[in-house]
Amino acid sequence: MGSLKVFKSLVIDSLDIITHGTKKYHLWMAFLTAVMLAGMYCYSIQVEEGLSVTGMTNRVSWGLYISNFTFLVGVAAAAVMLVMPTYVLHDVDFKRAVLIGEGLAVAALLMCLAFVVADMGGPNVLWHMIPGIGVFNFPNSMLTWDVLVLNGYLFINITIPFYILFRHYQNKEALAKVYVPGAILSVFWAVGIHLVTAFLYQGLQARPYWNNALLGPRFLASAFAAGPALIILVLAMIRSHTDFKIEDKTIKKIALVVTVAAQINLIMLVSELFKEFYAPTHHSESAYYLFFGLHGKNALMPWIWTAIPLNILATVVLTFHKLRNNLTILYICCFLLFVAIWIEKGFGLIVPGFIPGPYGKIAEYLPTGIEIGVTLGIWAMGAFVFTILARTAVEIETGKLRYKKK
Amino acid sequence: MSEKKNKWFSLKLSNKKKVPQDTGSCGCGKKSGGCGSHASTEVAKPVDGFDQVMGATMDRRNAFKQLTASLLVGAGAISTSCSVTSDDAAKEKAQIDWEEQFKGNYKLMSDDEKKATVDRLVRSHQIRTQDTLDMSSKTAEEGVLFGYAFNISKCQGYMDCVSACVTENNQDRNSQMEYIRIHEMKDGQGINFGEADDNYYHEVPAEGHFYVGTQCFHCDNPPCVEVCPVQATWKEPDGIVVVDYDWCVGCRYCMAACPYDGRRFNWSKPEVPKEEINKNQHYLGNRLRKKGVMEKCTFCIQRSRDGKNPACVEACPTGARVFGNLLDPNSTIRWVLENKKVFRLKEDLGTEPKFWYYMD
Ligand code: SF4
Ligand code: SF4
Repeated sequence: MGSLKVFKSLVIDSLDIITHGTKKYHLWMAFLTAVMLAGMYCYSIQVEEGLSVTGMTNRVSWGLYISNFTFLVGVAAAAVMLVMPTYVLHDVDFKRAVLIGEGLAVAALLMCLAFVVADMGGPNVLWHMIPGIGVFNFPNSMLTWDVLVLNGYLFINITIPFYILFRHYQNKEALAKVYVPGAILSVFWAVGIHLVTAFLYQGLQARPYWNNALLGPRFLASAFAAGPALIILVLAMIRSHTDFKIEDKTIKKIALVVTVAAQINLIMLVSELFKEFYAPTHHSESAYYLFFGLHGKNALMPWIWTAIPLNILATVVLTFHKLRNNLTILYICCFLLFVAIWIEKGFGLIVPGFIPGPYGKIAEYLPTGIEIGVTLGIWAMGAFVFTILARTAVEIETGKLRYKKK
Repeated sequence: MSEKKNKWFSLKLSNKKKVPQDTGSCGCGKKSGGCGSHASTEVAKPVDGFDQVMGATMDRRNAFKQLTASLLVGAGAISTSCSVTSDDAAKEKAQIDWEEQFKGNYKLMSDDEKKATVDRLVRSHQIRTQDTLDMSSKTAEEGVLFGYAFNISKCQGYMDCVSACVTENNQDRNSQMEYIRIHEMKDGQGINFGEADDNYYHEVPAEGHFYVGTQCFHCDNPPCVEVCPVQATWKEPDGIVVVDYDWCVGCRYCMAACPYDGRRFNWSKPEVPKEEINKNQHYLGNRLRKKGVMEKCTFCIQRSRDGKNPACVEACPTGARVFGNLLDPNSTIRWVLENKKVFRLKEDLGTEPKFWYYMD
């Protein structure tokens, strides 16, 4: 009973917080709301007309939505890079960053689920996928695995921070023996969501570009670079806009994580490129199309040739301690790396899987305005959710929000 | 010859594995009809919590029935001003729509439930268009495994099969959906799909070219079936890979998994002019589809289960297409497999297509 009352007061207090703020904050939220509404409008057109309003066709049957989904699974998984040292190794440094990281994971997961739903041809029969009421093709279909692990991960990432914040809200210490097992579980789980998502593609013998044993590990490496890179940027933002104190030391430690992951990612990229281009077979055609175009069709070339140099540049710069320890340079590098991996793990991974088609037909794919509108709307939704979560967490952690304090 | 025997033997073996299970659990003793459905439920046996799912289906349906009933009482009370007949039709339509929206997966339905949903669909079409349909829910017959062979030497690229397929199967005319693709290849380059043209508009046969047709190959080990998250697509006991258009959620995972470009998606609402609708339909075959669902060649299940040839086979003016029962030693398809040098596409993928190519 007691905790129910506290919970009610927490909800009221946080509602109070998220509806009040500086002018900048209100502008930001209004902007996100506008983008979300525009996205919803685009989605309503898509529901009305069918997926024909997107750029997808029978030849390239997955596009922008699934690309973003794939990338965001990586961002969600990256929260673990902060969780592990904090909770398990008792590295106090990370403790403040980790709440933000987990908030980011929650927002990213919600976006993932939204992208999957946006991609469905029949959102009104989605209940067919609910275990128990529908028919869940488990364990045969990797997509059912993905549904399970993503929702499980979402649950873990909501409960742990909630427990900690809830305790702090009441001026109590969060008990390590309650949340540490959950934290350890989430470490394995994060690797799981990413591997399972990679297996989604890796398991298709029909698509040689994906059917490649390196896909899973490379997913992990790129995720652990892009995710923490985003966390650094977010922390930088929070640090400059609130009095939530995050020490330079913390950011630098996360930067080290980003660097190592980016380096491993680069090694794997080299290995992949070597395999595709040293002894090209029929199966290298997709990679060939991606990097050089095939038969005069080269829609993806500008993208990948933006991504690769950015990726290399950022990784090389991060490798030097002097440069990495300069925060401005670090932020720029994180941004470049994030963009590069978004292109590479999104567009650069999903679309070439379908090109050339099973019989060598090359049909290109370009997203339509409506598709882009829905995508932006979902990103805005993610940012919106994250802003709300982060604000509440920051207020509690800085001690401004306390039970019965008013 | 022995090698060829092995080829379809391996198919037969996998079929055989199911048969003892069938007779084991089949208590009905009937040879036809009933057992066919047993076979299709058998396929689902290994699924986790199958019984639970079935139980849930029943409970759900009963619950929905009651809900519907109470809903209808309410609706009836409100709309008393309408004329009796149109009110009745609207009421019935609402009832049907409701039950259709929440019905279970066709694969897991009993024969009675299958018949009930087919009746509902026919009735709903009748109410909407004042037109009658003939829709079947005929199950697979025992001792039948369908296979197909394509004679590369004979095909001249006329594409009569393509148009026959479109008309027979009520395919969307707007997007010009076609299950069959005819690839025009150059003499001297061999069977080279990469260089082939599957979208030609000139007079055929073109000098110095030959033609190869592709469609869904009804793999015996179909990757498309494995990946479907809701089991909306499966292999029937007679080897036909089908889709339940009402159960499909439109994720297109099966499309990504098919190595043969065998599947087509309804990107928008499919349109068939009223006078062109083929009214001889099967639930798993050519009944009218809706937007956002997957479809594919079904070996014209509405024809083949009635002992007829698929429309493409019948339409082909050159006799390049052969269809039949692989388990019948006297069938033409068996003769082709045993006497011609047959091959299949992408055999290295282990999908075991039931679609062979051969030359004279
Ligand atoms: S050809 Fe494609 S769609 Fe047809 S059964 Fe094989 S994998 Fe499935
Ligand atoms: S598109 Fe339909 S049939 Fe294909 S995998 Fe998804 S739900 Fe199954």
